Amino acid sequence: MKFSSLLQAGVLCFALAGLSVPAMAETTRLTGSGASFPAPLYTTWFKDFGRVNKNIQINYQSKGSGAGVRDFQNGTVDFAASDSGMSEEQIASVKQGVQMLPMTAGEIVLAYNLKDVKELNLPREVYIDIFMGKIKNWNDPKIAAANTGTTMPDQEITVVTRADSSGTNFVFTQHLSAISPEFKEKVGFGNSVNWPSEAKMVKSPKNDGVTATITQTPGAIGYIEYGFAHMSKLPMAVLENKAGKYVAPGGEGGPAALAGAEFPENMLLWVSDPEAENAYPIVTYTWMIFSKKYNNPKKAEALQKMIAYGLGEGQKIATKAGYIELPAAVVEKVKTAARNIQ
Amino acid sequence: MAEYNSLQRSQSISKPPTAGDMLANRAFRVLTLVFTWSIVLLLAYILYKIGGRAIPAVKEYGLGMLVGTTWDVNARTFGILPEIWGTLYSSLLALILGGFFGVSIAIFLTQNFLPRILETILRSIIELLAAIPSVVYGLWGIFVLIPIIRPVADFFNTHFSWIPFFSTSLSGPGMFPAALVLSIMILPTVAAISQDAFRAIPHKITEAAYGMGTTRWEAILRVMLPTAAGGIFGALVLGLGRALGETMALAMLVGNSNQISLSVFAPANTLAALLALNFPEAGDTEISVLMFAACVLLLITLLVNMLGALIINKTGIKR
Repeated sequence: MKFSSLLQAGVLCFALAGLSVPAMAETTRLTGSGASFPAPLYTTWFKDFGRVNKNIQINYQSKGSGAGVRDFQNGTVDFAASDSGMSEEQIASVKQGVQMLPMTAGEIVLAYNLKDVKELNLPREVYIDIFMGKIKNWNDPKIAAANTGTTMPDQEITVVTRADSSGTNFVFTQHLSAISPEFKEKVGFGNSVNWPSEAKMVKSPKNDGVTATITQTPGAIGYIEYGFAHMSKLPMAVLENKAGKYVAPGGEGGPAALAGAEFPENMLLWVSDPEAENAYPIVTYTWMIFSKKYNNPKKAEALQKMIAYGLGEGQKIATKAGYIELPAAVVEKVKTAARNIQ
Repeated sequence: MAEYNSLQRSQSISKPPTAGDMLANRAFRVLTLVFTWSIVLLLAYILYKIGGRAIPAVKEYGLGMLVGTTWDVNARTFGILPEIWGTLYSSLLALILGGFFGVSIAIFLTQNFLPRILETILRSIIELLAAIPSVVYGLWGIFVLIPIIRPVADFFNTHFSWIPFFSTSLSGPGMFPAALVLSIMILPTVAAISQDAFRAIPHKITEAAYGMGTTRWEAILRVMLPTAAGGIFGALVLGLGRALGETMALAMLVGNSNQISLSVFAPANTLAALLALNFPEAGDTEISVLMFAACVLLLITLLVNMLGALIINKTGIKR
């Protein structure tokens, strides 16, 4: 009896699914996957976008930059998102051609956990030394010198880095490599790097893992995206930039860092050490990756609409969500480049 | 009419099997055979697939990978000795803790210390531990366990730092919180199977022990425990198997740092955590290396199980 009712329910389900197919036929479905860094913003975009364009449905899976690019190469998704773009080699493997478009930008912050330190200034050589395991205590004279007026506690520094391979790693280590030849030689940069093995250096998976570990460990410091630190109310270090000024994350420092940069042909541009006087030092663009030619013209059209939305309405949401709005000049360039997608 | 029906039914009891029965019987036998063999084939297929993808790494790095200590994707240097060490060390610590508590619980719940109803309730609660997802254990470890054990760890570190096990201070994630959570995770397995072992002891043996004038504790420690030893050992081997392969909770708690340290407060890494964290973004070379690491983990688990079976055979105790 039970079984037969179960069977009936099953049959009903199938029938319903069958019925709904013709209704869905007009909907254009787009799938994308990739970077987790801009995922909260993209998901908001796609939800809002879907509300206005009822016949376009976008599904985005945040599985990480590398995984997204691989999906894109295998042709399982219509577009990918990556914090580190695509390499020449990877681009060559896609027959239809690749168009990368920077869609938003963000800051990477050094969040810390020190009970009585409300504001922390970190000179560039100090944060390099911390992440190379050379400065081991918060009362190090080099830290104290930059923070007159604050008593730095006698506490060991626990450095929290990312355990998994990630675009955040890439951007952060690229910045450190750009400002320190020693870091470049000993650790280097990439989606995953070989951090020094010290008793006080731990690794946690994903942005959330690093955030949780910092929150739970007195004396910890680690790098995460601005949004995560902001959400969990972790204090963020004020960093010295190339011009020698101390700039806090989350303010005008981000847009200032992005202004005046020249994009190359492939739209892949790294701002590994911005020069502007009031620029926050660790910023990055993040890209959506498209084919230049889509076999289904409806898909190309829907993607164009989505890009236009992201560059228009989407940029206004970006600032609220903790990302950096693209400068107007950049938006124009991206719009021109987007015409390559057909 | 009713009489006729009952007559029919009574006759049907002693009927020879019909062709349908025979067919069903044969079909069932064939089906069970197919399923049994498909398990063996599935295992072989998994081995073939993982092994096949690991071959490029085996060719390039060979056994050197097993003794290397650096994992640097950019320099293409891969060594998994710290992970092998971490896997064995964390599992062993978990086994000591989980084994002790698991067997104690089994004794407590089977030797009439409690009213029946309480025994049943407690047993269900312990078995419920097995249903908690690994990620939840990991989160619980980070947010609840680590803050609790931090003062204890600091105490041991300041007063007993001359003992190598306590030589570093706890930074948060590390071997000790990982092993502790792992021991809770294997507790239901160890406790459940040890309970079965204690229940399987023939009542005569218990009565004989009491008849000879033993106290309750003498009976439990000198008679019951040795009699149930085979089953308990089986429980420990199964628990160890689970500990070796546990992934997500460890990835969140162990600190994922490539170092070999006796200190239980230092961060470490395990094979399963390495696999879980590096697969999603791995390139071709790295995937091959990770498959190699997966083979090593498989081999370790296999060896541990075989060793367990061997010890059971040698000591002559039966499961």
